[in-house]
Amino acid sequence: MVGPAIGPIRRSFAPWNDPGVKPFIEFRHVTKRFGEFVAVDDLSLQIYEREFFALLGPSGCGKTTLMRMLGGFDEPTDGQVLLDGQDLGGIPPYRRPTNMMFQSYALFPHMSVWDNIAFGLRQDGTPKAEIKARVEEMLALVKLEKFARRKPQQLSGGQRQRVALARSLAKKPKVLLLDEPLGALDKKLREETQFELTDLQMKLGMTFLIVTHDQEEAMTVADRIAVMDQGRIVQVATPAEIYEQPNSRYVADFIGDINILEGHLAPAPPGSTRLECAATGANVEVRQETAAPTGGQAWFAIRPEKVRISLDAPTDPSVNAVRGEVWDIGYLGDVSIYHVRLSTGATLKATITNATRLVERPITWEDKVWLTWSHDAGVILTR
Amino acid sequence: MAATDTVSPPAKRSGMRWLVVAIPFAWLLIFFLIPFFNVFKISLSTRARALPPYKPVFDLSEGLSGLWSQIQQLSPATYLQLVSDSKYWQAYLSSLQIALISTVLILVVAYPIAYGMARTRAEWRGALVMLVILPFWTSFLIRVYAWIGILGNEGLLNGFLLWTGVIDRPLTILTTNWAVYIGIVYSYLPFMILPLYATLEKMDDTLLEAAADLGCPPIQAFWKITFPLSLPGVIAGCFLVFIPITGEFVIPELLGGSGTMMIGKTLWYEFFNNRNWPLASAVAVVLLLILVVPIVLFQNVLQANEAKK
Repeated sequence: MVGPAIGPIRRSFAPWNDPGVKPFIEFRHVTKRFGEFVAVDDLSLQIYEREFFALLGPSGCGKTTLMRMLGGFDEPTDGQVLLDGQDLGGIPPYRRPTNMMFQSYALFPHMSVWDNIAFGLRQDGTPKAEIKARVEEMLALVKLEKFARRKPQQLSGGQRQRVALARSLAKKPKVLLLDEPLGALDKKLREETQFELTDLQMKLGMTFLIVTHDQEEAMTVADRIAVMDQGRIVQVATPAEIYEQPNSRYVADFIGDINILEGHLAPAPPGSTRLECAATGANVEVRQETAAPTGGQAWFAIRPEKVRISLDAPTDPSVNAVRGEVWDIGYLGDVSIYHVRLSTGATLKATITNATRLVERPITWEDKVWLTWSHDAGVILTR
Repeated sequence: MAATDTVSPPAKRSGMRWLVVAIPFAWLLIFFLIPFFNVFKISLSTRARALPPYKPVFDLSEGLSGLWSQIQQLSPATYLQLVSDSKYWQAYLSSLQIALISTVLILVVAYPIAYGMARTRAEWRGALVMLVILPFWTSFLIRVYAWIGILGNEGLLNGFLLWTGVIDRPLTILTTNWAVYIGIVYSYLPFMILPLYATLEKMDDTLLEAAADLGCPPIQAFWKITFPLSLPGVIAGCFLVFIPITGEFVIPELLGGSGTMMIGKTLWYEFFNNRNWPLASAVAVVLLLILVVPIVLFQNVLQANEAKK
C-alpha cells in the first residue's frame, strides 16, 4: 500500500518552535520519590500533539517512571502532569485517555488475540458491531487477521508485539505510551518494526511517547528526544541536534561514538572558539560562539567519522591537524575504526568508510598518519 | 552405516528406562493392586464366625480343584446389600454432599488468604507459607481433638460468647454437622491455600496494570484476569480436598454426632463393631469406584495444564 507522502509533513513538523502552539502533554516541576530514592527530580517537559517523542537514558534514569506517571500507574510526589489542558492528578489509569504498550506486552494469556484487542472496547461498553469492526481494523493494521483465534502463547515474539500494539491502539488513545516496545525483538525485526512504527504514527496522526535505552531506536523513530540522567532531563532536541550539537559531555557520550578532549578556552576572534588542548599538543579551532570566559575549562568533542585520516600532511594550513601513529584498527565491515595514538599519549578515533572491497589497507598498523578536521566538524562543550 | 551405530546405545538406555518405569509399577502392584484385589475378594466373601471372620479363606493345600470350589463360593451378595439397604447409599450421598459443601467453604476461606499471601512483600511470603504448613508439625488427630475443647458446651467458644453477652445459653455446636464442617475446613485449608498461592504468586502484575490501562477498575480486573488465571490452582485445590474429605472418618467421628452420616464412619462401624469384613470391604471398593471419577478428572486437568506449558 502506498501511504500518504510523509516526507513533506515530516520535514516541516516542528510545533515546538512555534510559540503559538499549546503543548499537548505537560510535566510541570514533577518530582517522584520512592522512599529515599528520587526517581524524577523537579522535571518540566512539554510534548506536542502528533509528536513522536522519545525518553532516552540508561536504566534507572527515571524515564519509565515519568511515562508511568502519565499512564497513571505512579502518582507524582510533587508537581503536575497535564494532558490536553487537563490536570491528570488523582485520575486512576482506568479513567485516563492514554494507553500503554508494555515492555513485557502483558497480553492476557487466557484470551485469544481477538479478545485481547477487544478488551478495552468491551470495557467501555462499545456496541458489539463497532467492536467487531474496530478489532478487524486493528488486526488488518498489524497484519494478524489469520491469527485472531490464537492464544498469545501460540504466537512468535514479533506477532505478540504486534498484538500488544493493536490492543493499545484499539481505543484510539490521546497518547500511546510505548515502554521499550522493541526490546524483546531481534535486531533485524527491531529495525523493520522501527520504521513501521513511525509510518503508523504518521498514518494515525496520534501522539506517541516512547521510552527506550537504545539510542539508535530513539533516533530512528522520534521527532524529538529527551536525554535523561538521574531523574533530570539533560537535553531535549531533534535527533540531528542531539547528535551534532550535544549540550554536554553526558549527551555526547551517550549518543554514538565520540572523541572528547579536555582543554582551556583561549582568546579567539569573534564567531569562533579556540581551545588550548594538552592532549593534541595544539590549539583546536571551532566555528562556534562560546559564552564561557577565557581560561575556563572546556571540552572538544568530535565524532570519529568527522576526523579525516591520511598519510600526507594537509595542504590547507587553516584546518585542525595533529600527527599520530595507528595503534589499532577495528574492522566492522562497513567502516573501519582507527585508533590513533598521538605523541602526547592521547588516543583519537577516526573512521573510514570501506567504499571498496578491502584487499590491502592503504593505512595500516604503526603507520604515521595525519588527523585533520574542519572548523565546523566538532563542538566545544562547557559541561 | 549410521543406522547400525545408533542402534545399540539407545537399546542400552531403553533397558535403564524400563527399570525406571518398572519401579513405580512394582510399587503400585505390591502396595496397591494386590491389597486391592485382596479387599475385593473379601468383599465377595461371606461373613463367618471364625478368624478371619469370613469364608472362603483361600487355601492352596487342596490343589487347583479345591481353589476352584472356593472361587465358586464367592458371591456379590454384599453389593446387593449395599444397594438394597438405603442407609449405605444415603451415607455415600451424605459424604459426597459434605465433601462438596466443605470444598466450596474451603475455597471461599482459602482464596483471600492465598491472595493476601501472594500480594505481600516478597520477603514476608516465605514466613507466611511456613505458617500455613506449621499445623502439620502436630498430629492431625490431636488438632481435631483440640476442637472438642473449643466447640463443646463448656468450651472456649461458648465461654467467650457467654462472656461477651452475645448469647445467654451455650450453643450446641459439637456433635452437629456444624462442628464437622468447622473441623473439615480447618484441617484441609492448607491443601487449598498452597496450590492457590502457587498460581497467584506466579501471576504477572503487569497484566493487572494492562487491564487498568484498558479501562478496567480493580474489582472487575480481579474477575476478568486474576480469577480465570488462578483456575488451575482452584481446580487442583478442590480435587486435593474433595477426594480425601469424601472418605473422611476422624473428623465426623470426633466432632460429629449420630446424625452425621459419612461413609468413612460406616466403614469403620461395619469393620470394627459389626466385624462384617465382607460388607466393610464392599463399602471400601464402592467408595474407591466413586472417587475414581474425580481422580481421573483431576489427572486430565493436570495433563491439560502440562500440555499448555
